[in-house]
Amino acid sequence: MSRITADEVRELAILARLALSEQEVARMTVDLDAILDYVDAMRELDTTGVEPMTHAVPFDCPLRADQTAPSLPIDEALANAPRREASFFQVPRIVPGPGGSSTVEDES
Amino acid sequence: MIDARGASLVSIVDGVRSGAFSARAVTEQFLDRVARLDGALGCFLKVDDTGARRRADAVDAARKAGRDPGPLAGAPIGIKDIFCMRGVETTCASKILRGFVPPYESTVTARLEAAGAVALGKLNMDEFAMGSSTENSSVKPTRNPWSPAHVPGGSSGGSAAAVAASLCAGATGTDTGGSIRQPAALCGVVGMKPTYGRVSRYGVIAFASSLDHPGPFGRTVEDAAALLEVISGLDPLDATSIPAPVGAYRQAARAGREGLAGVRLGVPTEYFQPGMDAEIEASVRAALDELARAGAKIVPVSLPHTKYAIATYYLICTAEASSNLARYDGVKYGYRTANARSLEELYTKTRGEGFGAEPKRRIMLGAYVLRSGYYEAYYGKALRARRKIADDFSAAFAACDAIVTPTSPVPAFKFGERIGDPLQMYLADILTVAPNLAGVPALSQPCGFTKSGLPIGLQIIGPALGEEICFRVGGAYESRTDWHTRFAPEAA
Repeated sequence: MSRITADEVRELAILARLALSEQEVARMTVDLDAILDYVDAMRELDTTGVEPMTHAVPFDCPLRADQTAPSLPIDEALANAPRREASFFQVPRIVPGPGGSSTVEDES
Repeated sequence: MIDARGASLVSIVDGVRSGAFSARAVTEQFLDRVARLDGALGCFLKVDDTGARRRADAVDAARKAGRDPGPLAGAPIGIKDIFCMRGVETTCASKILRGFVPPYESTVTARLEAAGAVALGKLNMDEFAMGSSTENSSVKPTRNPWSPAHVPGGSSGGSAAAVAASLCAGATGTDTGGSIRQPAALCGVVGMKPTYGRVSRYGVIAFASSLDHPGPFGRTVEDAAALLEVISGLDPLDATSIPAPVGAYRQAARAGREGLAGVRLGVPTEYFQPGMDAEIEASVRAALDELARAGAKIVPVSLPHTKYAIATYYLICTAEASSNLARYDGVKYGYRTANARSLEELYTKTRGEGFGAEPKRRIMLGAYVLRSGYYEAYYGKALRARRKIADDFSAAFAACDAIVTPTSPVPAFKFGERIGDPLQMYLADILTVAPNLAGVPALSQPCGFTKSGLPIGLQIIGPALGEEICFRVGGAYESRTDWHTRFAPEAA
């Protein structure tokens, strides 16, 4: 019995914001199925009453003084942006424009 | 002129500090080696010759002015391309970060430069440190200096191969499930994964934050110790960094030469299972005999949850990876798809086109195990198993001072041999992932060669903040053997 179907892979890809080709979906289904089959051996391990371990070493979240410090100048922070306008990162239109359309070409 | 191929990092530093030769001269010699030899090996993604000369000249100027040029003065090193260096392109060997020039510097590279080390450039790796062969680099393969048909291991394959080929005297790496120790073993060099939090992760591109450990590579145990002394220590920029004082690692490595009287070394039966290469088992057993002759007492120990380590590791690291890699969206830096009609398409197409097969697989698996309804059965279960695996180490260290095992169950494999089967690639880390889950330090050093001439690695695992015992045992073994004095073949 397979543990994951191609439809579940397509649904996961939407959640993970990954555009996958049909060829990638087919391959991913086979790969994830084999990995999920392998990790299933964990089920036999009794973990009743075991505290989950989220960090390798115990630590308390350290606090620092709440003081203003210099941060990156805007030009440096934006220097790697694929598209920028003035002091903003530029993305395709999110809210509907005057014509009512919410999809606008991300022209380069 | 120094013997660039044979010189240890600490001997180069001694020569620069005493004025026997200049940092600039050493840098030119190593840059020349990289120019002549790296075309066939593929260790470097970027050679920063301008930056290297500037750093070397600063060391020489400091010395001339009577200032201390630093504990790593003139040491020629390579930097895994996962460490951000201000003004130097840093890509994690991924298409999605192509062209990214960090506006800030990682703590590790900042400390290395402040100590006088001369970074020569950025080294190849598996994309986002995901892999065990460096075949997942989106840029190019790196070849094992001992045999060009074989992989160097991974994910820090460029680092291990560059040190093995003496293209640099030391290097940085990161180890999330074995990514320093496994390539060190496969390339015949020393690699050290310190205690979690011992070395700051600030400026290290995140893969699985609770498992990522930056650390050093060297030709010798003392070289790795000298690098670790500089890069370790509390960093206010990493909330998980440990406030404990940094140990005397170099001194511990040298102390090993005096023997191991009173040291108890644990050998876990679970690390010698069927499937292990016979030559590797024989070499590691012989190394244990040598350590006993050095005065150590060999004691059997048990790490009973070892068989769950790979499954636990992949459930946790993929969950963390899927969250960490959410930041690559085509908006702030790196690759952006050319044809998005909406914000949604900007995200999905950028990520679909920018990530390679392995990051996609891990993002998907991570999304699966974190999904509502599956979370407790997979991720929650793995967090509990992680505690049991860590408890195994605590119990074992009640009966011994360090644990000795092979680093990898197999020597370097050939290109293409495992890349088509992700699960087989994951199993390459079967002997290295547990120390990451437990957060304890572990060192790999050469302990022999197969009949076909491929290096074999010995793993020495210490308790939390027990870096010194790892270096002491490693120093003891190295002083009684000559594996570290052999060199990979080199074109004339």
